Amino acid sequence: MDSDGNPKRTPPALCLIPREDGIPRAIIPHDIPERYVKDARTLMSSGGRFLGLWASGEPEPRIMAAFLLREGLFVLGLHLPPSKGSRTFPSLTSFLPAAGRFERTVRDLYGFLPEGLEDVRSWIGQGLWALPPLSLPPGAPVPETLRTDLPEYPFVRVSGPGVHEIPVGPVHAGIIEPGHFRFQVVGEKVLRLEEQLGYTHKGVDGLFRGREIASAARLAARISGDSTVACSIAFAQAVEQALDFTPAAGARFLRALLLERERIANHLGDLGALGNDAGLGFGLSQFGRLKEDLLRRNRKHFGVRYLFDLVAPGGVRANLDDKTVLDLLEEIRFLTSEVTDLQKIYDDHGGLQDRFQNTGVLLPEVAQRLGAGGVVGRASAQAWDLRTDHGGDPYRRFPPALALAHEGDVWARVRIRFLELQESLALSRALLEHLPEHSIAEPLPANSEPSEGLGIVEGFRGEVLAWVRLAPQGVISAAHVQDPSAILWPALEVVVPGNLVADFPLINKSFNLSYSGNDL
Amino acid sequence: MWKLLVKIFRTGLLTEKKSRTVDPTSPSGFERSLAIRHVDAGSCNGCELELAALENPYYALSSEGVKFVAPPRHADLLLVTGPVTKSMEEPLKKTFEAMPNPRRVLAVGDCACDGGVFRNSYAVHNGVAPVILVDHQLPGCPPTPEEIRLAIQQIFRKPRPERK
Repeated sequence: MDSDGNPKRTPPALCLIPREDGIPRAIIPHDIPERYVKDARTLMSSGGRFLGLWASGEPEPRIMAAFLLREGLFVLGLHLPPSKGSRTFPSLTSFLPAAGRFERTVRDLYGFLPEGLEDVRSWIGQGLWALPPLSLPPGAPVPETLRTDLPEYPFVRVSGPGVHEIPVGPVHAGIIEPGHFRFQVVGEKVLRLEEQLGYTHKGVDGLFRGREIASAARLAARISGDSTVACSIAFAQAVEQALDFTPAAGARFLRALLLERERIANHLGDLGALGNDAGLGFGLSQFGRLKEDLLRRNRKHFGVRYLFDLVAPGGVRANLDDKTVLDLLEEIRFLTSEVTDLQKIYDDHGGLQDRFQNTGVLLPEVAQRLGAGGVVGRASAQAWDLRTDHGGDPYRRFPPALALAHEGDVWARVRIRFLELQESLALSRALLEHLPEHSIAEPLPANSEPSEGLGIVEGFRGEVLAWVRLAPQGVISAAHVQDPSAILWPALEVVVPGNLVADFPLINKSFNLSYSGNDL
Repeated sequence: MWKLLVKIFRTGLLTEKKSRTVDPTSPSGFERSLAIRHVDAGSCNGCELELAALENPYYALSSEGVKFVAPPRHADLLLVTGPVTKSMEEPLKKTFEAMPNPRRVLAVGDCACDGGVFRNSYAVHNGVAPVILVDHQLPGCPPTPEEIRLAIQQIFRKPRPERK
C-alpha cells in the first residue's frame, strides 16, 4: 500500500518488454479516475505525445487513452464502474485540448459522459441517433432522431463589417471524401476555419464486435484505403501481441517492404497533386505516371494494385521469387533517378515556390502542443518516426534517415515527402537485397483465456495504432484502429486562418488527411 | 524551364489505345461526351484512388469525352462510391435531385453495391440502391481503373430508362 492507501502498482516503465516486431507497448489498467488523469499528466510531462482516445463497451466498459513516448507506447485503460445514471469519466482536456474531439466521440457512440469537457456539441454522431449506438447490444436496431428535429451544428461565428461565411461540403468539387468546412472570411482572407466531420462514420468499432480474426482483418484493411497496409500491420501486431506470437523474420521483412511501397505510392500521388494545385499540371502527369507504373507492378507481383489484404495476423500473403526481386530492384533504380529529376524541377520552379513558401505555416511550438506527428509533424520540427526511433527488426538493421524540416509551410511538407521518398527507396532496396528465406505465414496459436494487445506502425501519414481484445477461440470482442488523421485535423484548422481562401485546397492537400480514418 | 521541356519530350505520349466493347449500332442515350458528378457516400477512399487514376496519362479519360464536373446541374451521370452512411443520405439525394434529365446512376465498388465489409452496420444503408434508383453496378474492392472505364463506356450507348 502507498501513502494514499491505494494498492502499489508497478511503475509504467517496468511493464515494457522489448519486442522483435516493433516498439514496446503496454496497457496500464486503472480503476481510480484521479489516478488515470494523474498518469496521463505524467506521461505528457515526460515528453509523451497523445495519439488518441477511445472506449470499449459492455461487458467491460473502459476508456482507453494512448500516449507515445520514446520508451514505447502506453495505453491507459480506465475501468468505468456501474452507476445509477450514465457512466462518467474525467475529461483530459484541461491539460490536453486534443482529447476533446475523442471524448465527444465517446459520448456520441457510447453515452459515457466526460466530466469537465466544455465543448459538448455532438461530433462524429452528428446528433443522428436517439440512443448511443454502441451502448446497445450488437445487432440491436438503433433508434434515429427525426431529420426535422436535427439541430443545425453551432459553428463558432465571427462578426464585424465585411465578414462573411463560406460553407463547403460535405460534397466537394472533385474526387474527394465528404466533410464540411465552414470559413469565416473577410475579403480574400480566412479569419477562421471550423471542420465538421463524421460524414463517413460507418460504425467500424461496432462491426469489429464478435468477428473472427480473418474477417476482422479484412475490415481493418478498409479503415482508410490509402493506408491499408499500415492499418493491416497495426491490427496484425495487436492480434499477435494478444496471442503472444511473433511473426517470422521473412514476414516482418515483407511487411516492411509492402509498407514502404504504400508510402512511395502515396507520396508520389501527393507530390503530383500538390504541383497541380499550385498550377503545374506537369507535376500531376509526371508523378501520376510513376505512381501508375508502381501500382501496375503491384498488380503483377502481388495480384492487387493497392495491396489490400496482403498482411494478415500470423504473416503475409505474398512471396517473392528471384525474378520478382530483380524486377523490383530495377524499378527502384528507375524511380530513384526519375524522382531526383522531378525534385530538381520543383526546386527550380519560381511559380511553384511562390505558392508553396510561407503558405499554411504550422509553427513548431504549435505542432508540439497539438501533438502533430507524421509528415505534417516532421515538416514542423517534430522529430518522431517509429522506423528510426524504435524500429524493431528489420528497421534496426537498415534504419532510414529521419526527414526533418523547420519551416512548417507547404514547401516543408513537400520537401519532407521528397526526402522520405528517397529514404523509402533506399530502405526497399536494402530489404530486397537481404530478404531472409524463412516461412512467411504461420498458423496463429489458439487462446483459451481472453487477452488483449496493441499494434503501432509508421504509416505514410503518421502513426497508425490498433487495439484488440480477444475472446477465447480467436473471436474479437472489441477492437479499435486509430488513423493519425484524427490528431492532425485540428492542426489544419489552426494553419489555415491568415491565408487566402484560394490557398485552402493547396494547404489541405499538403496535409492529405483521411476522412474515413477519422470518422471510422 | 528546359529541364521541364526535356522531361516532357523524353516521357512521350503514354495514353493507351482504348477498346470499345459496346455495340456502336445500339440506340444511344449519350453520344460523344459524358459529364460525371462523383459522390463519396462514405467509402474508405480506395475507390477514390482508382477514380483519380482515370485522369493519369495512361487512361486519360478526358480524351474520350468523359469528364468529372463539380456542379450536379452539369452532370449526366452520378457515380457513387461507399456504402451510403446515414449522414450522407441527404447530401446524396440532394445531389441526385439537382441533376437534369436524362441522368443515370452508377454504383462503383462492393460498398456501393451492397455495403461490402460495412454491410449491416447501424450507420450505413447497405449500398446506394436503398436510397436512390441505381442503373448500373460495378462490384470490386476497389475495381481497377480499366473496369471503371468500361462501366462508364457502357452508359454511353444504352436505351434511356423511363423516369419521371
